[in-house]
This record gives sequence, structure tokens and C-alpha cells, in this order.
Amino acid sequence: MKRLGYIIQKEFKQIFRNKSMLPIIFVMPLIQLLILANAATFDVKNIKFGYIDYDHSSTSRALIEKFHASTYFNVVANYPSQKLANESMQKGNVDVLLEIPSYFERDLQNEKFNNLGVTINAIDGAAAGVENVYVTQIIQSFNKKLMIDLMQVSDKSQIQPVNITTIPSFWYNKTLNYKTFMVPGILVLLVTMITLFLSGMNIVREKEIGTLEQINVTPIKKSQFIIGKLFPFWIIGLALLTVGLIISKIVFNVPMVGSLALMYFYTSIYILVVLGIGLFISNFTDTQQQAMFIAWFFMVIFILMSGLFTPIESMPKWAQYLTEFNPIKYFVEVMRMVMLKGSGFVDIIPQLSKTLLYAIVMNGLAVWSYKKTN
Amino acid sequence: MMQNNNVIHVKELTKKFGDFTAVDAITFDVKKGEIFGFLGANGAGKTTAIKMLIGISNPTSGEADVAGFNVFTNTEDVKKNIGYMSQKFALYDDLSVKENITFFGGIYGLSRKRIKEKSNALIEELGLEKIANHLVGSLPLGWKQKIAFSVALLHDPKIVFLDEPTGGVDPITRRQFWEMIYKASHEGTTIFVTTHYMDEAEYCDRVSIMVNGKIEALDTPKRLKEQFNAKSMNDVFLKLARG
Repeated sequence: MKRLGYIIQKEFKQIFRNKSMLPIIFVMPLIQLLILANAATFDVKNIKFGYIDYDHSSTSRALIEKFHASTYFNVVANYPSQKLANESMQKGNVDVLLEIPSYFERDLQNEKFNNLGVTINAIDGAAAGVENVYVTQIIQSFNKKLMIDLMQVSDKSQIQPVNITTIPSFWYNKTLNYKTFMVPGILVLLVTMITLFLSGMNIVREKEIGTLEQINVTPIKKSQFIIGKLFPFWIIGLALLTVGLIISKIVFNVPMVGSLALMYFYTSIYILVVLGIGLFISNFTDTQQQAMFIAWFFMVIFILMSGLFTPIESMPKWAQYLTEFNPIKYFVEVMRMVMLKGSGFVDIIPQLSKTLLYAIVMNGLAVWSYKKTN
Repeated sequence: MMQNNNVIHVKELTKKFGDFTAVDAITFDVKKGEIFGFLGANGAGKTTAIKMLIGISNPTSGEADVAGFNVFTNTEDVKKNIGYMSQKFALYDDLSVKENITFFGGIYGLSRKRIKEKSNALIEELGLEKIANHLVGSLPLGWKQKIAFSVALLHDPKIVFLDEPTGGVDPITRRQFWEMIYKASHEGTTIFVTTHYMDEAEYCDRVSIMVNGKIEALDTPKRLKEQFNAKSMNDVFLKLARG
């Protein structure tokens, strides 16, 4: 036990003495949190909207006015011809094109039916889908109003059109604020990245400078050395979580419905998984560069398959099975559940038990693969 | 069986890396309190042999007892009784002299009181009062070597292994370093040292010379010179190493 104290003391001294390391540990993640939470959003806004109005009637102008009034659309141009509009789309100046045919108003009044042409830049399929919904909504509401007007004009019997509307009620994130959804996830990434990279490179660094050999010649126990090495990063991980939570609350006003104690309890076990992976990597690498590349390899897969950016439910089956081995997935789920839904201990038992098992296996492997004798 | 006054006993010790035999069935004994010079050209297998003796490398075959314990079955007992200083003087550059002493004392299991005593004695002996709180990284090589040697002796090991301890320093510092070695030897510590400097070989009680993984000669410097009809250890070495 006493030996453990000496190692922990030494690690902390080295970490806090490393002038280039401290900002990397604490300042960089927080800047990332501030930037990413604001930038990594799937809200589709400021859609570049152009139109070709062949009709030039009061109805067509009223329709276009609807787009002007929408907060989602940014009306950038009025094209005199299809050809010019297409060129503009090719150049990327416009993303959604609305084509209003000639005699739009006259045909509507005579035949009560007409077609509009909508062209959407669908390179980003997800965004195109959302844009399509917006366009349809605007045209439909315009249509409804128009129908009522027309019916009243042509037919005095005052038939009320049948309206079926749904009233959605959004739970847990009432305002559909994207930041509320993203901030807990990004916080997860920061805690994971920093602890993984620090632990992955720490022991390999001692290999590089030759001090590990000196340590291996001493009678210290493997477990003592490893716990002593990893404990400081465990503390740093929890400290990062704390700073991140404070920023989430103060800057992003993310609701914290659930218990903070539960969040810390889960995170304290989760960090053990990450440290185990980091140590495992450093046991099988000889230089910090190699360790860094391998850590990145896992990090990228973990991030993209965590359900943070894309829902796991939409992945192919085999990928969904793979995500079972992704610790970040569980952390993201737990953070969102506890922070936004207020889930309690019982609710997170599935994630918690898997994480615990993961921690035991990874650290077992890491200690086993750390060899004092080669 | 190991005799009482032999602190190192090596028999047919071999290490192979694939087809390459780095250490080829070496056999020798080292007596208590002896300064044992372990010589050889670069790549002769000295460092590989040392690594097996200090328990950080497994042999392919053969046996070795160090400080009364089998290196491969009682590795941790061996480690309590030996000190080691490598070519890299593995102190932490980003810790001060005092912090390095405290750390290594701590992981050898010395009590706080003992660490303090040792640390003060060491600082006084080496005249380090002014730089005790300086980071090791800022010190000249000669200082680092002396401190690394003292740190290797902190836990009063029976044997200390020195792997090319004097590489890259001036003759005066080397001379001072060897005075430290003599002092430790007088106090009963066995010294196992590798070197490339043949003048240093003359200071050893006994010398072995390794060529291509084998020990080709082992005796006192005086008798080796007679045997090879050479004026100096340098000539002995050249005759052997050239084959």
C-alpha cells in the first residue's frame, strides 16, 4: 500500500509539472465542448431557397411570401428561367428550388388542382429529407387556406373542410433543442478521449525513456504499479466530468433531471474500462506514436458506432451486435438517460452491469499482458 | 550447488531470438564483494545476459542463481537483493534529485524515516546540497551517473549490476565514478559491471570477455595478460575479439 502512494505521488508530480500537458488535459476538451456543442447540430436551418415564378400572380406571390416568412428558409434568388436556376444549383448557390408554372392561379381556380415543381439538393440525404418536410408543410398550410377561400367563394354552402391534425408532445427534450441532446454525448467523448490517450501513452512513454526497465528491476508488484499509474488518470477523468457538467449547466443550460451521484458512480466504473483499454494498448506498443495510432483506431470506431451521431437502431444488424462491445455506447446512453430522463439506478442496471463486466475483463487482460519479464 | 561465497552462479545460460543465439551457454561464478568485469564488443550479448540475470528477460535454457535465489523461479526475491543501473541512467528527468531518491526508495519499500536518512547522507556525500531540488534533466551527464549509481544502492543490495555506466563522460568523472564503485565494493557490495573502456577493465578483480555470445576468457586481468602474452587489457581484448 505504501509503495502505491509513492507511485501516485510521482505520477501527479509529473502530470502537473508538464507545462504542455495541463492545457491539453483541461483547456482543450472544454474548448471542444463549447465548439462542438454549438456546431455539431442536425438542425437544418438557413436553407438556401430559390424560385422560378412563371405565373406572377397574387397567389404565387403569396406562396413565396410564406417562404420569406419561414425561419428555416433563406430566399436567395428569383430565377427567370429553369436553366439559370439549374446552373445556380450546380454552383451550390441554392439548395431548394420551387418552380411555379404559368397559369398557376387560373388553373387552381378553374380546376382546383395544380402541380408545383420542387428540386432539392440531396447530396446530404438526411438534410434533403428534412428540407422536403419543411417545403411540404409550407405548401400544405398554404393549400389549406387556399381551399377554404376557394370553397367559400365558389360554394356558399359553407362546408367545413375536414381537418385531422396531430398534436405531438415531445418528452424529455420539450423544445427539441439539439444541444440538450448533444452536450451529454460530447462530454462523454471528451472524458473518454483524454483518459484513453493519457493512459495509453503513459506507460509506453516510460518504455521509450527507459525508466520502465528500471521499474521492472525493482520488487514492485505488477498490480501496485498499474494501479498507481492509472489512479491519477481516473481522478483526472472524474475532474473532467465535473468541469464538463458545470459548463453544460451554465453555458448550455442542459437539464439535469437525474441524480448526480448516479452519474459519478457510473462514470467512475466507466473510466476503469477506458484505462484498461489504454493500458492494454501500451503493453503491446513500443512507442507513443504506435500507441496513439491504435488508440485513434478504436476511438473513431467507438465514436461513430456509439449512437452519438447516428441512431444505433438504423445500423445493420451485424453493426448493432458490434456496438455491444462499444463502451462509449453505454456511457452515452446512461448520460442521456440520467441527465435528460432522470433515470434511476434500476433503469441503468443493464448498462451498468455490462460496463462493470467490461472493466473487469479489460483490466484483467491489461494486468495479465503487462510483463515485468520478457 | 552454490558455494556460500558465490553470489552469482550461472550455468549453461542461453538466450535465442529465433535462429540467432545472443547468449550461448555461458557458465561462470561471481564471488561476494568482487568487482566482476563483464566485457565484450558491441552485440556480443552482454546486455542480453545482464537482463536475464536481473530477471527482466527469460532465458531459452540454462540456470542462474543471484543472491541465493533462482532468477527464474524466485525472480522477485532476486529483485529485492540487487541494484541495477542501465546505460540510460533511468532516473526521471522531470523529477528533482530528492524526488527521484524518494520515489525509488519508496518502491523498494524503505520506510519514510530511512528514505530521509539515506537521502540526506547521499546528498551530503555527493555534495549535492545546492542541486538537490533541481530537476535531474537539467544536470550534466556525470552528475546523473553518480546519482543513478547511488540510487541503485539505496536499498543496500547485495549485488549491483552496472551496464556501461561510464559511457560518454570525461576521464576525471570516470575516475570519480570508479572511486564510488571501489567504496561500495569495500562495504561488501558485489559489483557486476560491463564496460567498453579497457583501462576500467584493469580495475576489476576478475574479468570475463564475451565474443559472439560465448565467454572466451575469464580470469584476473593480470593472468589474462600473461595468458595472451599482452601488455594491456586492450591488447587482450583485441586479440580475442578479432578471433
